[in-house]
Formats: sequence, C-alpha cells, structure tokens
Amino acid sequence: MTAEPILSVEGFSKHFELHEQAKTIPSSSNVNFDVYAGKLTALIGPTGAGKSSVLKGIYRTYLPSSGRITYHAANGTSLNLALADEHQILELRSREIGFVTQFLHALPRQSTEDVVAQPLYQRGVSREQGRQKAREVLANLNIPERLWGVPPATFSGGEKQRVNLARGLIAKPRLLLLDEPTASLDPTTTDRVVEMIQAMKAEGTAMLAIFHHPDLVERLADNVVTLTPPVALNNKEVTS
Amino acid sequence: MEKILEVRNLSKVFGKGCPNCFEKTGPELNTNICPDCKSVVAAHDLSLDLYKGEILGIMGESGSGKSTVVKNLFFDQDPTSGHAIFYDDDKQYDLFSLNAAQKRHLRNHHFGMVYQNPHLGLNFGISSGGNIAERLLMNDLRNYKEIRERARELLERTEVLTERMDELPKNFSGGMQQRVQIAKALAINPPMLYLDEVTTGLDLSVQAKILDLILEIQQEMNTAMIVVTHDLGVVRLLAGRTIVMKYGRIIESGLTDQILEDPQHAYTQRLVASAL
Repeated sequence: MTAEPILSVEGFSKHFELHEQAKTIPSSSNVNFDVYAGKLTALIGPTGAGKSSVLKGIYRTYLPSSGRITYHAANGTSLNLALADEHQILELRSREIGFVTQFLHALPRQSTEDVVAQPLYQRGVSREQGRQKAREVLANLNIPERLWGVPPATFSGGEKQRVNLARGLIAKPRLLLLDEPTASLDPTTTDRVVEMIQAMKAEGTAMLAIFHHPDLVERLADNVVTLTPPVALNNKEVTS
Repeated sequence: MEKILEVRNLSKVFGKGCPNCFEKTGPELNTNICPDCKSVVAAHDLSLDLYKGEILGIMGESGSGKSTVVKNLFFDQDPTSGHAIFYDDDKQYDLFSLNAAQKRHLRNHHFGMVYQNPHLGLNFGISSGGNIAERLLMNDLRNYKEIRERARELLERTEVLTERMDELPKNFSGGMQQRVQIAKALAINPPMLYLDEVTTGLDLSVQAKILDLILEIQQEMNTAMIVVTHDLGVVRLLAGRTIVMKYGRIIESGLTDQILEDPQHAYTQRLVASAL
C-alpha cells in the first residue's frame, strides 16, 4: 500500500497490575499494525488474545503499558495516543475517533433518538437536527419507528446493539473502532450493518474491527492481523 | 479548547496547623488528622485544570476532601495555601487574592453552585420564583416583568411546575427543591458551575432526571462543571475526566472510562471493584 496510514500501532502491550491480589495479568503483547483511510483492518485470534485490549488502548479506556500509537489527525498533525494529554483524547473522541462496543451504556430514561444523537449534540448540533439524523440512521438499521421515542433499556439484545451501532456511525468518525458490532444480530440485520460499514469505508472512514464470524472478516476486511494470547509473566508477579 | 480554571497546590487545613501536618497525614498513613496538632488536613497540594464546557468529576468517600475543593473555589471557605485562576475571555481572576466585593461579583455573574442540601442554596423564606429573582437582581436585571418571565422560563426548563413558582420551597419535595436550586444557579447562565453531591439522597428516578438535565444544560450552554460525588454512576454518566481523592490528596486522575475500567491505584481498584 502506498497511502500513509491514519493509525500505526507499534509494539503495543497491555498488562494489568492488580494491587489487591498482587498480580500482573498480561493482556496484549507486542502488537503491530496499520490502519488506512477507507480500509478495514480486522483483529483476529482466540479469546484472551487481547483484541479488545488493543481497541481500548487506542481509545485510551485502557492505559497502554508500552508501545506507540501514532494517529494522524485531520488537521495534519500526528500524535502518540498512548501518551497524549487527556484533553487531546477527549477532543479526538468527540471529533474524529468513534468506538462501538458490545454493550450499550446510555443515560437512563433518555429516548433512543437522543441516545443515538449524543455524539452530534456533543459537537453542538441542535436537538432538532440531531434527532432528524438519528431517525435516518435508526431507519437504516431496521429499528421500528415505534421504538425511537422510548429509552433503549427494555430493548432486546440485538436492538440495543443496533442502537449502539447507530450512535457510533451517526457522527461519521475518521477512525472507527468496532468490537463485535454484529455479535447478536440476525442475518438480515447483519447484512444491513455490512452495507453500512461498506458505505462508510467508501466515504473514507478508517476502521479497526473485531468480528465474531470469519465470514464477516472475509466480507469486510482489507487487512487481517492475528493476535496470540500473551505468555504469562510468571517471573514478573509482584510479591508483597 | 480554552482553559477556564486553573488550580495549583490548593491546601486547606482546619485547625491551627503545624509544620508536620502534611507529612504526617495522607492516604499512605490512613488519616487526615495530624497526630501532632490534631488539625484536619481536608485538602493538600491539589492541582487541576478545567476547560470551557468540560465536566470534571471529583470522586471519593466521605471525608476525602472532595467538597472542600468546590467550597474553596466558590469562596465558601478560604484556602490555607494555593492558587486558582479563573479565565473569563481575556480577563483573569486570581481567585484567592480577591476582596469580598470581587468575590461577590464572580458569584453573582460567573459562578453557580448547587449544594447537596437545598437549604444552603435556596432562601427558604421566599418563594421559588423569588429565589431566582433574587439572583437575577444581583446580576443587574431590574425590570419586574422580565425577571418574572425569566424565572418562569428557568423553572419550566428544570421541570418545576410554574403554577407553583409563588410557593415557598419548603412545600416542595426534595427532588423539586433540587431543581429549583439548579434553576437558581443557572439563572445567570454561568460559564462555571459547581455541583456538590446534587443527586445524593434522591429517588433513582429523580436522580436520572436531574443528571439528564445537567447534561442537557452542559451541551446547550457549554457550561464548565465540577461535579463532586461519591457515586461512580454519576461520574460515568456526566464526567469526561475524573479525579479520585482520599484523605485530602488526589490519588489518581484520568479519563473517566479509564478510571473505571483500568484504575491504576490500589484504592481506586478497590473502590471500583466494590461498586454495585
């Protein structure tokens, strides 16, 4: 590939220091890959290989233990997400980097439209415009109209997941991190999601994804990175 | 992004204090009471930055010193040492060296505070509409009709029945008093709002409504907020960044999701692990 990557991960490692149990739990070790505009990089590997840890490390929900995560921002600057200032991370999260996880976290009692439009509100879009856009995305994802004004708390697993996806897609991030976005969806809805991801790729969004099904990797991935579970750090266990 | 508040090395000691106070207290020593002079170290060496429109959470157990921070910044208490600068466009205020009139000016025109106890934020001797009017008057709004209109607007915004705006706050439920308090704090559109345990002790449904309201206000008016709470759920829903305090010290700070999912300090790990 000749294009410059939007995201380069070099030597990424993550381990957890559990003080109470005096243990170090390794999660990912020495992970390297690039992500390009308009392309999807898929992370594959068995459970416990640290796939989610890589995504969370990039989004800084986890503090990376070592390695470099170079992000080339829209304004032409590049920064190391592993060490970037918290305000820079928050700014990127609200403008450029989106994350769709397996679980939906939303304010209780908020209508589905508002949950989905949150990323737009954060950018200063008016309630009216935000809701309008949210309805379009919800319709695209086959969420019945009667549910739009209701909080998603009582939705089925698949519906919640689609709401979560809608929220991740609505703001059209430059870099989208996807953690099993289709895990509990039926085949028809999965096809819809695949179409939407393809459309976003075509618009230039760079994506880094974990998929449950090899079939989806085949359909969507441009690059595949295989992770292996890290070796236990026996010698490094803290003794207190 | 623009900075609105900068706090450096803020300390607050209750009691006469001695040279050993800071050395002999803190999370490592498991106390905030100085063994030599029995003074209470409520806060020591706290530094933080806040940007326009940002919500910062301060989390900790009772007695960790989290409320002390906002009480000092809102001039309810005077710090023992430290600096704080409030930025208002091109003006700067060195908060801890202002005189009483300047402090009053900031409270009347730039700061809002919502206390856990509505009795601290509201004047219970006058109606809820009157409470808001009082704040508008201090902010130099003088026309009766305009004041009345604005009070009605604010109470509507915070979902307090406007038919009851002439009633005394004591007739209201706790959740409603809290909403009147928020309306009063917001009356002047302050760029900086302090919230001290505002949902503690309220019904869950009322809590959710108030949190929702706070978030909406922050998005609509780009208000910067410091939210003091012992409730992990509140910081999760409101704050982009969170500070964890214990025995008057900051023991950890970071992005809220990182504090909750990948806490670094033993105390935070225990705190997060014990959440329901």
